[in-house]
Amino acid sequence: MLPRDLKPESFERYPAEARKVVRNYVGAFQRLPLSFLPSLLREVIDYDYKFPAERKAVEKELANLESLSAEQTTTWFQSFTQIELSPKLERLDWVNAPAQFVEQLSAHLWTTHQLDRFRKAATDYAGRLHAAIPPEIPGAPRLGIAVIGQGIASYSEPLFRKLRPHGAHFTRVKPENGLELLLEEVAARAKKHPIPYAHWYVDGGEEAKYDPGITCISYRALEPLRTVVLRRMRSESEKPGMGPEALRTLLAQMTPSELGLGKTGDPVLDRFQVKLLTEGSGTQIFSTTFAQWTARETLRRAQPLTLLVRFAPRQRQKPMNELLTERNESPELDPMGSLVDGDMGAYYNWLNQQRLPGAEQSSFLAWFERHGEAVAICPVLPRGTESASVAGLRDVLSWMS
Amino acid sequence: MASGRAMQPSGATNCARELIHQFARTRRDFLRSAAGLALGSTLLGGRAFAGSSLKKRKVVVITFGGGARDQETFAPEGQENIPQLMRELIPQSTFFTQVVNRGILGHYVATASLATGVYETINNFASLPPENPTVFEYFRKDLKRPSSDAWVVAPSNGFNRIGESSHRSYGLGLGARVILPKHLLTAAISKGRSDYEHLLRDNYETPLYAPELAGSEFELDQLERILKLSVDDFRTHAKTLSSPDELSVYIVRQLMRQVAPSLLWITMHDIDVAHAGAYSLYIEGIRRTDRLCAEVWKMIQSEPEYAGKTTLFILPDFGRDSDDDPGGNGFQHHRTGDAFSRTTWLMALGTGVREGVVYDRAMESVDLVPTIGSMLDFSASLAQGKPIQELV
Repeated sequence: MLPRDLKPESFERYPAEARKVVRNYVGAFQRLPLSFLPSLLREVIDYDYKFPAERKAVEKELANLESLSAEQTTTWFQSFTQIELSPKLERLDWVNAPAQFVEQLSAHLWTTHQLDRFRKAATDYAGRLHAAIPPEIPGAPRLGIAVIGQGIASYSEPLFRKLRPHGAHFTRVKPENGLELLLEEVAARAKKHPIPYAHWYVDGGEEAKYDPGITCISYRALEPLRTVVLRRMRSESEKPGMGPEALRTLLAQMTPSELGLGKTGDPVLDRFQVKLLTEGSGTQIFSTTFAQWTARETLRRAQPLTLLVRFAPRQRQKPMNELLTERNESPELDPMGSLVDGDMGAYYNWLNQQRLPGAEQSSFLAWFERHGEAVAICPVLPRGTESASVAGLRDVLSWMS
Repeated sequence: MASGRAMQPSGATNCARELIHQFARTRRDFLRSAAGLALGSTLLGGRAFAGSSLKKRKVVVITFGGGARDQETFAPEGQENIPQLMRELIPQSTFFTQVVNRGILGHYVATASLATGVYETINNFASLPPENPTVFEYFRKDLKRPSSDAWVVAPSNGFNRIGESSHRSYGLGLGARVILPKHLLTAAISKGRSDYEHLLRDNYETPLYAPELAGSEFELDQLERILKLSVDDFRTHAKTLSSPDELSVYIVRQLMRQVAPSLLWITMHDIDVAHAGAYSLYIEGIRRTDRLCAEVWKMIQSEPEYAGKTTLFILPDFGRDSDDDPGGNGFQHHRTGDAFSRTTWLMALGTGVREGVVYDRAMESVDLVPTIGSMLDFSASLAQGKPIQELV
């Protein structure tokens, strides 16, 4: 089947909201090349489970496609049209399984050495879309916070080396009640800007007490889900003929109800949590990976105004000799390795925040938990500076705003 | 931005070229200042193999795997992770700063491409042989060498078919012997028990998946017969090692002493733990690989069968995604195909190689096999790459 053959009834199996959205754009879909359309449908089919920011982006993109003249459509998608697809790809059920199509397309592009051409086509399209629909500046400047180093008594190596050139480095921050203060700041922002999914707290361990206006995800709370996902991964990978690609497809198809979720009354958040564990690599095993990946996905998808991420010690990776001699022991923790992971994770959180609209007004604070070291990045504090003055975290936050 | 999400691009191809060049220039400048290397000219060739009988020549290849980025290795902030390469090996080497891999960035298929000199398109996760003749087949067929003269030591079960292609003019019986040390260890330790299955689950991209073994891999009973290593000794020693790559180097040592193959290919893989997303483990992997590369070089210099007649090549199969590509997740994967993940380096040391020279012209990873061919006097006739003039 090719895009030109699409009919409104082709989308009958889509979830209710997605079906409603699609109904108005079948004509536009018919004009799009197959190398492009399934990527768009992959977003549309999940419309019911998307955050408000994502829904808005999908709606705007569809409206823009509908508004293009025939000539403009040709110009916008010429490079995609030149991508050669295989008959096998054309035969796939790309309408109802667009994610699987995109996965197969990716393999096809690598194999046929068309990846660079596709990247160019995709980049050009993104540029045109960006020009046609300028990104919406958020209602308030964003604030990102990363808390790293839980459980470390002392550390002599330099921290925040990648962040320091972009902000002010504080070496004598008063650490008392630091986490509580930061969570209060998140709660205050949530009260001031009461927007759904705009204020998040991600904890790589057990979550601290937080305001109900904040969306919270923690590694500890997801432990039952992680156990189910890991068990399922193990049992599936042992089946004959099961390869990594098939396993990935199977994981991607897992639903919250299948995994025992769905009781929170928030299908969007349930689906998001499942995806963190079924699509993220290492999120099921290492809490630091979980925290970093959750932050990345939260920023990319929900585009929050506030995000506090606290990294907690992950389990220690046992060296081979220990694996050979010890059996079935409960996992030990690796606070020092986790500090290094968290340091890099904090940098990635900042990078990902800066990819969102309004980056020039955004602020970011990274703090070594229970210690005096922090980095504050914002438009008003000078870059690459260091301060040895004694200051509270609340002071630092106030200087940033 | 549907397609932006689909393939997660970061930059246009035209700027990729610029990035690659800038990347190589930075690496070159750093090497010149930090390691005192001279900038090479294409007019300078290798030193040929004067004084060394071609028949006795040996080549060892180490893939610095699975994929490390510049900022954790050769960039100024990364040099602390590779003290051995920086202090010991680079001053003795000819170093190429810009080696581009234009193929598929999966470890098995990329290593197969390195070994054939052709960008292979086989399924990265299937137990399949390369489709084009490997360097081992060219070497053995052209020079009429026995199977004992070409060996591969690889960490992962997925590499068990890498020694021999499916090409009809080569293939069957002409390839290298392949040792999978972790597979041997599992066999040596478990003796029919299943408690050590986790040792086989060594594909970091899909940690719970272990491909079926197929092909003629080295078996446990050959440990004693060929490597003169009892199962007990092997088992005991393995329990003192911290990683699969350390086990590989232990096997390499035995192989060099007992068999002394002329063509030896070692695939390192510890670094690929990065797929689990823990930065500290990725850095540990780089530091360990750095140390192991130096160990192999010392072995080459101290083993009588190798000293003075061996050329060592060290190169990554590819890099990892850059922090700047929103489609990737930085060091964790190598999925975007961006300029940084495709651009690596090559270090050559030993016989026939000028010391302390750096070249920053662009070359491709498929150039390795024709270069080894020119050095050992066989023709890699079906390879896509070209011999590296500065080495031959």
